[in-house]
Amino acid sequence: MVIKTHKHPFQQGSALQMSLRLEHVQKAYAEPDGNVLPVLNIEHYELAQGQQAALVGSSGGGKTTLLNVISGIMVPDKGKVMVAGHDVAAFPEQVRDQFRAEKIGFVFQTFNLLPAFTALENILLGMSFSGGKVDRDFAVSLLERVGLQHRLNHLPSKMSVGEQQRVSVARSLANKPVLLLADEPTANVDPSNQELILNLIRETCLENEVTLLMVTHAMEVANRFDRIDTLSDFNQPARPATAEAGS
Amino acid sequence: MNLFQIAWKSVRQRKLASALTALSVSLGVMLMVVVLVISGAVDSAFNQRSVAYDLIVGAKGSSLQLVMSSVYRIQPPIANLPLMYFQQLQDDKRITKAVPMAFGDYTKPEHGSFPIVGTTNDYFLNDYTSGRQFEVEDQPGSHQLDGLYNAIIGSQVARRNGWKVGDTFNIVHGGADSEDVHAEDFEIVAVLKQTGTPNDRSVFLNLEAVYTLDGHQKPIDEVEDRLKKFYASEPDLLLKALTELDELRKKRAKGLEIGDPTMGYGLDTPDAMKEVTAVFVCMKSAFNAISFSSQLKNDSKAMAVNPIKPIQNLMETVVGGIQKALIVLTGMIIVVSGISIFVSIYNSMSDRKREIGIMRALGARRNSVFSIVLAESGLLCVGGGVIGWVTGHFLAVAFAPEVSARTGLLLDGWVVHPYEIWLFPILLALGAFVGFIPAMTAYRTNVADALNN
Repeated sequence: MVIKTHKHPFQQGSALQMSLRLEHVQKAYAEPDGNVLPVLNIEHYELAQGQQAALVGSSGGGKTTLLNVISGIMVPDKGKVMVAGHDVAAFPEQVRDQFRAEKIGFVFQTFNLLPAFTALENILLGMSFSGGKVDRDFAVSLLERVGLQHRLNHLPSKMSVGEQQRVSVARSLANKPVLLLADEPTANVDPSNQELILNLIRETCLENEVTLLMVTHAMEVANRFDRIDTLSDFNQPARPATAEAGS
Repeated sequence: MNLFQIAWKSVRQRKLASALTALSVSLGVMLMVVVLVISGAVDSAFNQRSVAYDLIVGAKGSSLQLVMSSVYRIQPPIANLPLMYFQQLQDDKRITKAVPMAFGDYTKPEHGSFPIVGTTNDYFLNDYTSGRQFEVEDQPGSHQLDGLYNAIIGSQVARRNGWKVGDTFNIVHGGADSEDVHAEDFEIVAVLKQTGTPNDRSVFLNLEAVYTLDGHQKPIDEVEDRLKKFYASEPDLLLKALTELDELRKKRAKGLEIGDPTMGYGLDTPDAMKEVTAVFVCMKSAFNAISFSSQLKNDSKAMAVNPIKPIQNLMETVVGGIQKALIVLTGMIIVVSGISIFVSIYNSMSDRKREIGIMRALGARRNSVFSIVLAESGLLCVGGGVIGWVTGHFLAVAFAPEVSARTGLLLDGWVVHPYEIWLFPILLALGAFVGFIPAMTAYRTNVADALNN
């Protein structure tokens, strides 16, 4: 049984030059006591195609929620989340999943490799969910690109932390995304690997013209970017009209 | 990668738990297969393989007892019929073949107390069951009951006693625990190959020899009384029989006079004195079989029974119930195994929440993670089932010789019982059923929460 996905014709939208644009985005959580906790209230935010930006902000400031909203894991209470010209927030859940698989790459702070799958299989798995061609050669080339050609058939548990994050970077590019979201990708790796990982993400995004939004709390990482956005500068959480616990 | 490959990875990740749950399913299926193979062999032994005759003719009484004593040789015979009646049956135009059978003696207890069957060579010329002929072991010998004290033995008798062609043995008179040993030595002229029928544990003697053994002839007066009752409606036959008995009386009296006590005994015995326990008959047609049976029903002399029907009734009422109970029991074991799969997968769901979140973040849909968990459950059920099925049949094949030697049942371990066709669809349905709740848990997983887990 092959994983069934409905291939959605995600053509480039009218705002071709913009890879990411947020308009009037609001998101709040319902707390157990019934109160509403506003987290996001972004009037406008955008990234051009191929642009790379570091997003900094205080802990609990909504950075991860923002990434979840952009990727379609969560839907905002209000507003538009335009990725490659498509309003992700307006898609039904199945289409959001498909869109995320095809157009958005994810690099997590804790790598999030599936432990039962080898390095190569972790990448092939990402391809499987996109519904496109499972291109083994391309997956191998991605692992070669991150310097892990000798680790193709190794399980994550047999790899170092730095190697795991490099697999995670390769996996994020498996479906040739237009936007790569990285959530503190160097936070859990040792200093020698931080530089390597950071360079790898930035270089591979440049090579593939992928827009990069990297969340970090480390200014030494943020300072490597030409563009540094501080979340609190454009996010003023206010009490929204409705509240939702999440997707 | 497809769903089953992903599910298989998950199964392998939890090797011990997966192996134990699959093992429980495989044990259940293995037991069921063994039960089905054995019940199939019992069915076959009792319903089809035992005899290739249309009717068994015997003295009036219990039809089940007649079949059990004559075909299966596990109960004492009811009573005897005059040999002359067998000769009458031979002349009946509706009957194509009639084979006389005389029972009652056994091999010695130290030789296994196997039943003795007095018969003729005709018994071995006819199929022992539909389409299957007797075969003998490749040992020199006449392979015929030509000599008076020749014997043909079944495979189980030979194996039990280590007997071969040329060996001799004695038999005991009456019941298996009798101490009345006949003096005559019987010589084995053939060893039958295994048939999976009661023939395997039978010893066949020349019918004529049976009449020569001590104690096998009733007093003339008793025979005369019985013949008078038996042939009350057939004076011609009665007259012939009574004439033979009168001549016998005279012969025995003369023997006593001249000091020859063998006169009128042994081979000198007239047919009127001889009896058979049953007659196996083949009919020209099914219609003839029905008309013949009906005729005997209205006759006080004998009865004709279908050799399969009484056993089928017994199987359906008693043995069939036990078989069904065993199948239900093993079915319940499989269901319990299914529940263990449910518990195993359900317990693993909290550990796998993050994995499911990762898959969803990579673009897997709710339906996909639902299907992966369902496929995992199905793999454990069907995989365990395949292992159990193969093991069950393998065990049946491996232990068939031992079972056959001990019970006479001919197990064919690779024969697939019709119920087995339903085994895998049921296992698949069970997998879907027990996997549904864990799969729904996966389906409902909140991706953001799972990733933060």
